Amino acid sequence: MNASSQRRLELVMPWLVIAGILIVWQLAVMLFGIRPFVLPSPVAIFGALIQYHDPILQHASFTLMNTMIGFACGILFGVTLGVVIGSSRLIYVGLYPVLIGFNSIPKVAVVPILVLWLGIGQPTAIATAFLLSFFPIAVNVATGLATVEPELEDVLRSLGATKRDLLFKVGLPRAMPYFFASLKVSITLAFIGAVIAETIASNDGIGYLMLQASSQFRIPLMFAGVFVIALMGIATFLVFAYIEKRMTGWATRGRNLQAAGGG
Amino acid sequence: MTEFVRLDDVALRYGGPEGTLALQGTSMSIEKGQFAAVVGPSGCGKSSLMKLVTGLNPVSEGSVSVAGEKVSGPLKIVGMAFQNPTLLPWRPLLSNVMLPLEIVEPHRGRLRSHIAEYTARARNLLRTVGLEDFEDKHPWMLSGGMQQRANLCRSLIHEPELLMLDEPFGALDAFTREELWGVLQSIWMTRQFTTILVTHDLREAAYLADVIFVMSARPGKVIATHKVDLPRPRTIETTFDPKFIEIVHAIRNEIAQIRNESKVQAEKNLKVA
Repeated sequence: MNASSQRRLELVMPWLVIAGILIVWQLAVMLFGIRPFVLPSPVAIFGALIQYHDPILQHASFTLMNTMIGFACGILFGVTLGVVIGSSRLIYVGLYPVLIGFNSIPKVAVVPILVLWLGIGQPTAIATAFLLSFFPIAVNVATGLATVEPELEDVLRSLGATKRDLLFKVGLPRAMPYFFASLKVSITLAFIGAVIAETIASNDGIGYLMLQASSQFRIPLMFAGVFVIALMGIATFLVFAYIEKRMTGWATRGRNLQAAGGG
Repeated sequence: MTEFVRLDDVALRYGGPEGTLALQGTSMSIEKGQFAAVVGPSGCGKSSLMKLVTGLNPVSEGSVSVAGEKVSGPLKIVGMAFQNPTLLPWRPLLSNVMLPLEIVEPHRGRLRSHIAEYTARARNLLRTVGLEDFEDKHPWMLSGGMQQRANLCRSLIHEPELLMLDEPFGALDAFTREELWGVLQSIWMTRQFTTILVTHDLREAAYLADVIFVMSARPGKVIATHKVDLPRPRTIETTFDPKFIEIVHAIRNEIAQIRNESKVQAEKNLKVA
């Protein structure tokens, strides 16, 4: 197999896998006569997507909005926290156990508390998305800051660089690959957070739609909801993966760039 | 010749009053424009010496003065280069070399308004080390030797009066290393900045330096000083000169003796325990 056909195959591979899964699923449902309220066929789910596309679109955009607002707050808070714990050993030591403890709490368990404070609806969904998404960002930014070479720090300190200089000239640029990598993880977590909160305490959003569908035994609509969430997750992941590639090409050392030889 | 760097009975202790002694009773004097080398067995506190002279670490005892003033904090007239080139991978070479100008005064305030002048200066420096065609390349696209050349340029761009080098060529292959000795020598000969080179390569020290300080095992102190009065510019041919070989041989013997003594001392300690 030559290189170009190999590349073409790499491009179509994800689609082949998805198509394969759907075909096997469809065949299984038909062959074994699985009833729609146990597992609807892909065709039936697609039918539900078409039939209910108006409410699905409306609820999906609501979920997307909650996710994005929560995620934006997560970026702001996560970067700030990351910078703080990455640049001060004392704060790092102090906050470490608290952060680990916080991260071990299943966020579903926190939603009722948030409802108590923020009420049913959008604020709770945004807060849950935020709570799930800031942690990986903070950890990654802090790690990036901690990997600055001590020699380089010496070189710059001997020139009279302040802590601020070190942060802006070296620390933050060095942390960028870590930061962008964490965005891909965080955006999917933000989706999970928003949908969890909508399922428990909301009158809008995909999570709410699925809960309604479930109580009305519209199983294909439930699966349509799952499908839409997955789709939004993949789409946002791709957006951030693209941004990462554009912003931090130096970290992955673009393979098409020729290395220069010589002493 | 005037004295530029002076260490008086310097001690350095890490980790509080009960911590390990890295240096003890170290004294040396380096003249302005002189090229000094510091050699010694590994762990003798050579790198600690660098941090003291540049003011990154305070002395525990004694005093260090540079250009007639006592060192009490980071010095801004210093350029530093280490074995690890530590170029910033997200910047092309030219802007890597110009990094110190963004930090050190007075260049920091003038950089934006005099950008053409400073860029020309950086290009000029890159030309002297043979990197003029690589200013747009990112560091990871270059070989180790080229990165180290750029590192040298970065340490010199703000025209420091004192250049501190900590095993700058330690990670390079023998041929590249010898080539860079020549490059460093010619820059030094045209600019005549005071230089302190920390190295474990005795031939490197003898090739480059006017004066070589030999340090003892930990806690380190200067136990011998050698003047190298071979004519400049020195070449690889010089390294086969009997006089050159004699100097290298003498220092090697001294260091071998230190190593032996510390081994005997360690065995004694073991027996006592």
